[in-house]
Amino acid sequence: MTTTNETTDETTEAYRRTVSFGLDDAPHVIQGPSRTRSLAANVLPPLVLGILLIGGWYLISYVMLDESRRFLLEPPHAVLQVGFLDWDNFSEILQGLWSSTKVALTGLVIAILIGFSLAILMSQSKLFERAIFPYMVTLQAIPILAIVPLISFWWGTGQRSRVVVCIIISLFPIIVNTLFGLQSAERGMHDLFTLHGAGRGTRLRKLMFPAALPAIFAGLRISAGLSVIGAIVGDFFFGRGDIGIGQLLRRYANQLDGEQLLAAVMMSSVLGVTVFQLFGWIQNRAIGKWYDPAGV
Amino acid sequence: MSAGPTTQATLSFDGIGMTFPDGTEALRDIGFAVDRGEFVTVVGPSGCGKSTLLKIASGLLEPTAGTVSVDRERIGYVFQDATLLHWRTVMGNVELFAELHAISKADRRTLAQNAIDLVGLTGFEDHYPKSLSGGMKMRASLARTLTLSPPVFLFDEPFGAVDEITREHLNEETQQLFQREGFAGLFITHSIGEAVFMSTKVLVMSARPGRIVAEFDVPFDYPRHPDLRFDPDFAKLSGEVSRELRGSHS
Repeated sequence: MTTTNETTDETTEAYRRTVSFGLDDAPHVIQGPSRTRSLAANVLPPLVLGILLIGGWYLISYVMLDESRRFLLEPPHAVLQVGFLDWDNFSEILQGLWSSTKVALTGLVIAILIGFSLAILMSQSKLFERAIFPYMVTLQAIPILAIVPLISFWWGTGQRSRVVVCIIISLFPIIVNTLFGLQSAERGMHDLFTLHGAGRGTRLRKLMFPAALPAIFAGLRISAGLSVIGAIVGDFFFGRGDIGIGQLLRRYANQLDGEQLLAAVMMSSVLGVTVFQLFGWIQNRAIGKWYDPAGV
Repeated sequence: MSAGPTTQATLSFDGIGMTFPDGTEALRDIGFAVDRGEFVTVVGPSGCGKSTLLKIASGLLEPTAGTVSVDRERIGYVFQDATLLHWRTVMGNVELFAELHAISKADRRTLAQNAIDLVGLTGFEDHYPKSLSGGMKMRASLARTLTLSPPVFLFDEPFGAVDEITREHLNEETQQLFQREGFAGLFITHSIGEAVFMSTKVLVMSARPGRIVAEFDVPFDYPRHPDLRFDPDFAKLSGEVSRELRGSHS
């Protein structure tokens, strides 16, 4: 018991120091001498909050809602039983998730191809940059819901339209971050390439592109998350064709299947987090060896 | 005060003037020459246009008056910052110039390894810049330039950002490189000690617009020992340079 108390005290103490000294001191806390302590400091707070939230959930389900209205928020164990442990229900969610994942990744790949091309074009010519940029901002400013009817008007309500939604929603961060990254190579480095007679292609390949990678990955992580949202929103509104998670959400809501609705919402979130983590992992593999986020 | 330009010199400036588009006159009537086996250092107050002179020598800037004569094919230019590519290892960085000059893979590996050994970075070939100290980064930058065995070597205050001890080491090493390679060296600094220690000749530049206001021949033999810094003749010469520098400032 004593050890547990000590750990908790140290955790609280570490936490207090982080809070009181602000960000500058935070790394010291994380790099503390004991691995167990830092693990506890990282895992314990969200765990405690999670337990409190589940407790609050039960409280709402059983105390605040009377039985006739309990379908609005089914208790956690019911969601687990009906949404996750019933294989027929859960496999339906997984299939919908897989369909939406395919749409999101297809849209993301196309957005990357378009985004890279435009950013490279803009980095090579100020004229292109000035010409294209205002339209990119305008496109970004259109709420995705406002453009969905137009997309179904032009491309119908099939897979293709959903992919188009993903492209539109994820294009902007890719272009902006790639362009910013391509322009981030230091002046002195450009001078070196100039002095040794490097042409446009060499400069792009050996200087601008590698210099852009950290910014590109930052953009990709944002866009990957957005394309998942795009896939779900598209599926939800078009509501036809291959059944994705969006259509399931709508059906569960209409049929008052509270347990499955919550399970589907949670799984959508899992998909978003997975995609975000995947790109973080790729980023680490690609540039972790040399990239120093604190600036070189 | 300036030495007349020699037509056959490796690097020569003749009547160089530089006025920027905003009307700032950075340089006025600069004329001197640096030959192989000469190490000329220009000292001057900050902002006097010293760096501009190197940019003009390398062709990065076009002067608004006068002419530069130099072979720019394999010019060596060491910047104030090490400007290493973060995503390349020491080896990759040192190979860069040979790579840009389309030298074969095997040859550039040999050139780079030799240069790395020469600046004392052996064993750090696979390190990325983020794990190097300031002095080591500067050594890598020097090695990168050495791979091309440039006949002309331009140094733009390369050791300004490193600590005093490292700086003295680097001064000594640069002097040894100069002795070995026999390039024409043009060095920019505002450290008088550094200038006198390494050079065959020290030029004093005035505040903006930069002009050459004094010229000192440095008589000490190479190789120069670090103890030279405490020699009375060294102190006397440094004092004279310092006096000119102060005079040029007002």
